[in-house]
Amino acid sequence: MAISDLANPTRFLAFANRTIPWLGGLAVVAFAFGINQTIVAPDDYQQGATVKIMFLHVPGAWLGMLGWGAMTIAALGTLVWRHPLADVAAKATAPIGAAFTLMCLVTGSLWGRPMWGTYWVWDARLTSVLLLFLLYLGVIALWRTVEDPSRAARAAAILTLVGAIDLPIIKFSVEWWNTLHQPASVFRMGGPTIDASILIPLFIMTIAFTLTFATLVLAAMRNEILRRRVRTLRLMQASAAS
Amino acid sequence: MTAAAHTGFIIAAYAAAVIVVVGLCAWVMLDYRAQRRNLADLERRGITRRATPPRPEPAQQQAKEKA
Repeated sequence: MAISDLANPTRFLAFANRTIPWLGGLAVVAFAFGINQTIVAPDDYQQGATVKIMFLHVPGAWLGMLGWGAMTIAALGTLVWRHPLADVAAKATAPIGAAFTLMCLVTGSLWGRPMWGTYWVWDARLTSVLLLFLLYLGVIALWRTVEDPSRAARAAAILTLVGAIDLPIIKFSVEWWNTLHQPASVFRMGGPTIDASILIPLFIMTIAFTLTFATLVLAAMRNEILRRRVRTLRLMQASAAS
Repeated sequence: MTAAAHTGFIIAAYAAAVIVVVGLCAWVMLDYRAQRRNLADLERRGITRRATPPRPEPAQQQAKEKA
């Protein structure tokens, strides 16, 4: 099947029905392996056992940003190519991306209290991630406020494209400003600064969360296509009755 | 630095992650069931996406019967 075939909602539904159980199963296996690696991972010489919070915090941050990145591509699909599944993908991804961004904020806060002595500081990294979470809420609110899906899609796409400016700000905030948050330690020039005994569990947990994210997005897209079918049928029913 | 001193923060972080993942899975599954139920309800009432096949014209019908 060519990727372009998936533009057809019926073919996409068939693809999603086949793929979701496999992706979900892979996510469960990856979590089982990742949690095992998390338990046996050694404590950090400075941060002690709290380093285990990183195995949740980093995937949360990565998926929060990945979600908005995917929505940005979908927004271009809506505005430029008017792809039939672009706004379905954007609408389905928003709550999932918001949830993972919230997970990043909450776990970061719980990690910050014992390490920094505070749950929250208004530094550039923390504030830009909070802004990403608020942008997610804004897009979700926009989808719920505008009743016509095509109008809602265009409005949400514009907000998504504007909000994409926040992604490089999050990434480079620790280099552009003095922040309490540590600088990049995984994706950086010169390679990761983390020891393999901690980097490997982090990598496996990131894969597990990413597989979960992909499964949830596919399932939410399937739900959105069905919701639109229900809406169309109800409109047909209403017009036939009048 | 003892691990016990920070156990509460670690458990709270993992509990938050479990709530997020389980909550998302439950939301997606319940929504799927609701949409399937809505579609089944509409189909039961005869409202489907497929148009009903057009009735054959009387002349066509007669020609068929002759053949």
